[in-house]
Amino acid sequence: MTATEPGRLVPPRAGVRLRRIRLGDPVVGVWLAALTVTLLGWIVVAARGGDFLTTTNAVAILQNSVALGLVAVGQSAVILTGSLDLSVAYLISLGTLVAAETMASGGVVTAVIAVLALSAAVGLANGLIVTGLKVNAFIATLGTAFILRGWIEDNYTGPAGKVPASFQHLGYDRVGPVPVSVFLLAAVAAAVWFLTRRTRLGHHMYATGGDEHAARLSGVRTRRTVVIAHIICSLCVGAAALFLAARLGAGAPWAGTEARYDLESIAAVVLGGTALAGGRGGVAGTLGGVLVLAVLDSVFNQLAVDPFFKNVVRGVVIIAAVAVYARPRRAAKGRPTA
Amino acid sequence: MTAIRPLRRSPLRGRALTSAAALLVAGLLASCTSDTPPDSPAAPGSASASADDSGSGKQSEFFEQAEYDRQLALAKEQPQGPAGKPWEQMLSPELIDAARYKKQKAGGVHLCFSNAGVFNPWRQVGLKNMTAEVELHKEITKFTVLDAQGKDDKQISDIQELTGKGCDALIVSPNTTATLTPAVEQACAKVPVIVFDRGVETDCAVTFINPVGGYGYGAVAADFLVEKVKPKGKILALRISPGVDVLETRWSAAKVAFDKSELDVVDVKFTDGDPAKTKSVVTDALTRHGSIDGVWMDSGATAVAAVEAFEDAGQDVPPITGEDQQDFLQAWKEKKLTAIAPTYPTFQWRTPVIAALRILQGQQVPKEWKLPQPSITQDTLDEYLKPGMPPLHYAMCGCADLPGFPKDWGGKG
Amino acid sequence: MTTATVTHHGKRVVRALGTGAPVYVLLAVLLAALAFTDPGFYEPDRFLSFVKRAAPLVILAAGQYLVIVCGEFDLSVGAIVTAGVVVAAELYGSFPGAPWLLVTALLLVAGGVAGLVSGLITTALRVPSFITTLGMMLILEGAVFFWTGGSPQGALPTAFRQLGRGAAFGWLPWAVIVCLVVGAAAVLLMRSDFGRTLVATGDSERAAALAGVRVARARIIAFVLSGAAAAIAAVLVGGFSGVSAQAGRGYEFEAITAVVLGGVVLGGGRGSVVAAMAGAFSLQALFTLLNLQGVSGALESTVQGCIVIAAVGLGAADWSRLRRRRTNPSGGQAS
Repeated sequence: MTATEPGRLVPPRAGVRLRRIRLGDPVVGVWLAALTVTLLGWIVVAARGGDFLTTTNAVAILQNSVALGLVAVGQSAVILTGSLDLSVAYLISLGTLVAAETMASGGVVTAVIAVLALSAAVGLANGLIVTGLKVNAFIATLGTAFILRGWIEDNYTGPAGKVPASFQHLGYDRVGPVPVSVFLLAAVAAAVWFLTRRTRLGHHMYATGGDEHAARLSGVRTRRTVVIAHIICSLCVGAAALFLAARLGAGAPWAGTEARYDLESIAAVVLGGTALAGGRGGVAGTLGGVLVLAVLDSVFNQLAVDPFFKNVVRGVVIIAAVAVYARPRRAAKGRPTA
Repeated sequence: MTAIRPLRRSPLRGRALTSAAALLVAGLLASCTSDTPPDSPAAPGSASASADDSGSGKQSEFFEQAEYDRQLALAKEQPQGPAGKPWEQMLSPELIDAARYKKQKAGGVHLCFSNAGVFNPWRQVGLKNMTAEVELHKEITKFTVLDAQGKDDKQISDIQELTGKGCDALIVSPNTTATLTPAVEQACAKVPVIVFDRGVETDCAVTFINPVGGYGYGAVAADFLVEKVKPKGKILALRISPGVDVLETRWSAAKVAFDKSELDVVDVKFTDGDPAKTKSVVTDALTRHGSIDGVWMDSGATAVAAVEAFEDAGQDVPPITGEDQQDFLQAWKEKKLTAIAPTYPTFQWRTPVIAALRILQGQQVPKEWKLPQPSITQDTLDEYLKPGMPPLHYAMCGCADLPGFPKDWGGKG
Repeated sequence: MTTATVTHHGKRVVRALGTGAPVYVLLAVLLAALAFTDPGFYEPDRFLSFVKRAAPLVILAAGQYLVIVCGEFDLSVGAIVTAGVVVAAELYGSFPGAPWLLVTALLLVAGGVAGLVSGLITTALRVPSFITTLGMMLILEGAVFFWTGGSPQGALPTAFRQLGRGAAFGWLPWAVIVCLVVGAAAVLLMRSDFGRTLVATGDSERAAALAGVRVARARIIAFVLSGAAAAIAAVLVGGFSGVSAQAGRGYEFEAITAVVLGGVVLGGGRGSVVAAMAGAFSLQALFTLLNLQGVSGALESTVQGCIVIAAVGLGAADWSRLRRRRTNPSGGQAS
């Protein structure tokens, strides 16, 4: 929350600046947190006479990370550029429906192409509304979410389509203890990591998120960057939809919304140390954030925690984590700015 | 997404971008207004008087004539089993032999339950019933519940996790019919599985427990209105949300009954289960149609709000259908409504535990355990309306004899 | 645009025009469409009942405006509404005879405290308010249902529900009076020094701080007021429709949408509270219109999404030249 840079979801604060030496890199922090949560979970579960570090649990944790992971990786890309995507939940639902229906009538390849094309189109629409119409990303993507919702509710009356067994391997098979779908997540995450960290486009994304005005003045096509980030995000969401279709064996109109992938993915991204205002953070931290949430869920499962109480803990964890990331910068408060 | 299709990927720069975006919105808007299919439920409700043909819209894709006939036949049938314990009763059972599932090793039973979630009061009451039922049986030494919080994906993992935990039997309340099928099939290979409430698209489970069903529910409510409302009376149908299978069947059965009758369904509206929206919808319907002669609801959560909307408009409450929720039963009694409450009984949450124990003892159980689905009528209202229960309690819980009643259900006294 | 844009400085009038004008046009169009669809809409009792229905959203929008204009977000208002209704029912479950005024006051204080906590975390711990209030939303919903075991245990008595359901003198709904009072208070507040402080904080925190504004305090107060406004909305919603476990669901997004429809810029510093409340009325008018038109329930949200995007987009496009001419301190709109 430093944001000396303008043009962000959250406004600038006075006299705050990044320290050159960061006390505790969020990426390191979140992976440490994941480790800590795992250890704590192990101790608590062991104290109750259970066994936390079993293969079954490890597989479940990995498996449960995939869908949220894919969405969160995409969400990182838009948040990095200072935008936001609230339409992901409905896009997932629509994606699973389109995937399952196309697979039932056409082939798997056609379905994959159809879902990715749909996703890219929605991402493009989001990006154009945000940049071209200058509608704030929050409202723009909320509007898209409503449009998709109406579309789904008008055209589907429940689960639809059928995913062939050949494609369900993606959702159920394992290589040793590692679910196949984890490789999908790894591949997508690696691709987005490469895009954001090793390409010119990535530099532009960070620049746009850091200070759009300055980026534009220094020749970055900020609007184009934002549009592309939205397309990347939606493509990741499309991948998540394909994975869920494989896992569910059919399309479900509430696949994305019941799990609240919109807010959960943003929470995971922020938990991973990416600044909501943009310009700072990345995919590596996001994956850590997803893992923390998945491990927490697994611990709750083991301890049979009341589902309502889970939400309380999640809320506290999210706020606390971000407060910790903000700490070093808080310490820097009041230093003279250049 | 036809709305987006007309847009080609134009070079994304400068003015072109702005105009492309404007075009996009124009496209979106155009598609918004023109996409309503002529035969969708929207059409008849619109401003015209809509006295012509049936105003209830097109039939749901979910409608299955055979299942409809079967449920209506079952509803008339006399259940087998101990009187006064509907959760142990069964309708035309086809018993199967469960000897091969008989528990071999000695010691207590480890019972596992994969729950779709506790995201509504119906499921909360249900889970309390199940937990209390488990307490009744001392032979169950461990009861593991995993809550999927309404996520299909998580429930699949939960089921996989539970099969690796040494459960003696696994109870599943699926979040979605189609999507849980592969996971349940996998579990069947390792442990006896009992499915209840929603089904799955496989018969690998030892037994599938459910009450008569949605068609029975919807038909009871509609038949009541057909009987109580004068011909040509205006019916307002309030539904929770589109696309929920168990609710679609309720409406499609009601639609069959209304189409056969002389009644005029003037509006079919979705309320999202939100009482405030329900009140608005009813108020708007009253102003648009002048009066409403009967209200059909696909579930009871918003029934009281509908009743209040009539009161606030200064009109008499017409015949109305609700559900066995405490607040509606109270309003029914206090306001002397003409009402009926079909139920989707929460006592069905007791049955899986009973079934699991029978299976593990090698006793016979029905392949599909159909439970009775009683309705609360004027005659039986006092029997089910227990004072001191919380407003969102479900009266058809069969829980009065369970340990911890009424305190654990939030009741007093 | 003869409406009271609550500013004196010429520059800010231009700004308010730039950000607020489209919503009045939108509202006028929607109200005209309502009159056209339903000639009886403007009969006094019908219109009052429309205002009564809009009241909770208008109040939430006023509260949300205060938070947004100083550069923050409050996503917890929906959860506060739900929690408020459930807590009230729970209180009446334990103390059936409790006077309604006391319960209402308690809710207001509790809502304010929830806002205070959000404000303190946001300002003192420097957590972005989006995250703070998202966490607060999870915590409130979780805690309230954990406490009640999933559903409220009591019913709301008639006396308590009077504010949301009843009418003064037999014709003027109390909710309308509450709405007017809250609206007037919000306008007065924004005209006061504090209001200017708030806008200045959102416009440029640094400049405000240098000018001696205690920005953290201003923000915390905004959060407290937003929480209290949400509690008032809870009293009205609970009164209007009774106990429900999902009374406030979706209100946070509706409130933010209303404020943005009113031309208030996310990120702060621009927009008027009157326009924000007009945005809330527009949204409610849109819901009513969709309902009266008999648009298919399923397509309703699509139409809503299109209109919101179009309205905000048009608002941004119409006046973008004006805005671009200023050396824009907050970069652009693609936040």
